[in-house]
Amino acid sequence: MAERGGRIIETLIVDLLLVLMALAVLVLARTRNLFAAVVLLGIYSFLMATAMVALDAVDVAMTEAAVGAGISTVLLLGALHLCRSQEAKPVHRPWLPLALSASTAVLLIHGALGLPDFADPQAPIHQHVAPRYLQNEVDVPNVVTAVLASFRGFDTLGETTVVFTAGVGIIALLRRRRPKAEGGADEA
Amino acid sequence: MRHDLVLRVVGKLLVPFILLFALYVQFHGDFGPGGGFQAGVIFAAGMVFYALIFGLENARRVMPDRLVETMLAAGVLLYAGVGVAGLLLGGNYLDYFVLDRNPVLGQHRGIFWVEVGVAVTVCGVMLKIFYMFASRGGADGPGPQ
Repeated sequence: MAERGGRIIETLIVDLLLVLMALAVLVLARTRNLFAAVVLLGIYSFLMATAMVALDAVDVAMTEAAVGAGISTVLLLGALHLCRSQEAKPVHRPWLPLALSASTAVLLIHGALGLPDFADPQAPIHQHVAPRYLQNEVDVPNVVTAVLASFRGFDTLGETTVVFTAGVGIIALLRRRRPKAEGGADEA
Repeated sequence: MRHDLVLRVVGKLLVPFILLFALYVQFHGDFGPGGGFQAGVIFAAGMVFYALIFGLENARRVMPDRLVETMLAAGVLLYAGVGVAGLLLGGNYLDYFVLDRNPVLGQHRGIFWVEVGVAVTVCGVMLKIFYMFASRGGADGPGPQ
């Protein structure tokens, strides 16, 4: 009985968070003030992180809160400092992008209806390699860490390289030349 | 924001704890939620917070560009180096079982260094991106206004 009550409360919390996220997105799409848009993006990320906590994915929630709500908000505000804070009026009516997004959404919802139930132990994804991961031959209590760093160490090496490449790309794009070369073009 | 007293006091109180929490997330990642990526991002977020309140110049004095750029590459090299160490000790690439006589301890050792590598690279990249954006005439950078 208590377990069922907990289930209902959890469902309520997640639903409430999803409704709030949908509201944030609607307001985000309507606003023309870019500062408000950046703050709304941060709110969206925090709601997402809370939903992740409610779904017991604490590792992802941590990342979402730190990257989505923290660092990207700061970066967007930094970019906003360099340009005007009102979005320019679009030249065309956005019917084609709207139709594209709507049809993608319909496709995704149609696909999601075919997925197994949430947390169904008989789902194919829980029958493949997951049981071996959970036997925990590496003896690390946090299975997420064990999977990321050990079982799928090669993937994580690739991801780290992607992050590294992003940093190198930013350096290559934005680095100023030395003051000596500041005769003509001072930026690469 | 440099002249806001409340922010300065709160920032001074909070920044050490944010950095400490990042280290906790890093080294406790085997047992609780967290790991290299989260730790690196939280550490970088703490430094960004510091830079926003006390100025980019002060943050640059704590973590100079040279250090940040070195971190960028050092993390990936450390990660790849763990793989090479596995090769030299007679295993496959990124095989941690051979890193210690006791295979389980070998796994722990491998995971530890790999996570350190991820954290160093992620922290370096996040800080570098922030420095790059902020110094382009941003918040309080030296660039042209």
